Amino acid sequence: MIRPIFTLLFLLTGFSLAQAQTDAIAQRRAIMKGVGQANADVGKIAKGEAPFDLAKVKALLSASQEASAKMPGLFPDNSKTGDTAALPKVWQTKADFDARWKKLGEDAAALQIAITDQASFKAKMSDFGKNCGGCHEGYRQKN
Amino acid sequence: MRMVKWSAAFVLVIAIGLAAFVLITAPRALSDQRLTVLKTPGNAQRGEGIFNAGGCASCHATPEQEDRTVLGGGLELASAFGTFVVPNISSHPQDGIGLWQARDLANAMLEGVSPRSEHYYPAFPYAAYTHAKIEDIADLMAYLRTLPAVEGKTVSHRLSFPFNIRVLIGGWKFLFFNRTPVQDDPTHSAQWNRGRYLVEALGHCAECHSPRNALGGIIAAQRFAGGPDPEGKGWVPNLTQHEKGLKDWSIADIEDVLASGSTPEGDYVGGSMAKVVRNSAQLSKEDREAMADYIKSLAPIEGPVRPPRPAF
Repeated sequence: MIRPIFTLLFLLTGFSLAQAQTDAIAQRRAIMKGVGQANADVGKIAKGEAPFDLAKVKALLSASQEASAKMPGLFPDNSKTGDTAALPKVWQTKADFDARWKKLGEDAAALQIAITDQASFKAKMSDFGKNCGGCHEGYRQKN
Repeated sequence: MRMVKWSAAFVLVIAIGLAAFVLITAPRALSDQRLTVLKTPGNAQRGEGIFNAGGCASCHATPEQEDRTVLGGGLELASAFGTFVVPNISSHPQDGIGLWQARDLANAMLEGVSPRSEHYYPAFPYAAYTHAKIEDIADLMAYLRTLPAVEGKTVSHRLSFPFNIRVLIGGWKFLFFNRTPVQDDPTHSAQWNRGRYLVEALGHCAECHSPRNALGGIIAAQRFAGGPDPEGKGWVPNLTQHEKGLKDWSIADIEDVLASGSTPEGDYVGGSMAKVVRNSAQLSKEDREAMADYIKSLAPIEGPVRPPRPAF
């Protein structure tokens, strides 16, 4: 009687571990997608294709802050492979990777206060994007 | 008697073959006539603009540090032929190119020939640089001289046989190296012509954004249509007006990706393109718009089939 229970437990554990791995990839993908969409909206504003909308700018900053808080924890060792574009360098220089996320969050928090209107948006937003490019250069597969 | 005739014919065929081989594969430097322009010293300030437009730092900047003007080389470029190691082009007299004259740089960039009269591998994009104006090379040389000397000679390329035989690059040049100058096209605007010069000559965009054949030559019919990353990681996007390319991108979108790295979908370009953007961000907005104008005029080509891409 005890054996089938253990077998079942064992299988369940294995299943949930596998689940955790795909969950991490799915979660980071969902977060990055959210940041990307928010950034697309702000990009249209920056290019003058959409009217200035402070709420959309704040939404991008909030999405960046959320990503900054959650992303460093979403790269467990068992999520190196699978349907992911994360490069091995994420795990090789994890401290730098995490530090970049931290800086993104800090910069976003500062801009939440500093950006109040179109003029401050134009003056202060452009450098923020360098945080994105910085990580995409070495930590994500070109695509 | 017949025997003698045959062996004479055989020797003749071999001799012609050898002569043709030597002729085709011999490194050919620029003529003195073309080099006369270089007698006037270049303008370093203009040269900085050429340096940025040419994207020299993308490959030659010392890896793992932020300064784009520290040109110690050492970046390794994986390829189907082996690993290329990017050389030191800092102003160091022994380890870099500190002793070069403008003519040496012109021979390197316009002909793919070193001061020792050897071929350079086309991983160095002279197939594009060959369309550059020779005055621009003089300005670039003047600018490179102002940059810091970086110690340390880089190691040799690690290539597999037969690609490690430099003289064979002469054969590659014979097949794929087109020196025809890019003349201004009067049917297009000055902006478009400027964009074409930046994209085709200095920017060497087609070097990565085109599929290549087994011998490393760009497949002409699919120029700019993207393809597998030659370094083996991921995919290089299609830049043509095909729906799989940049059909939906406006000129402002292309200008913006070259300025900030941000795409209209809100993504950021990665890998070596992030390095390219560090250079193109230094160009004037007008130059980036000119490049965008030219890129928007590229005829739609479907290009190689791209595998589904993972998101993150």
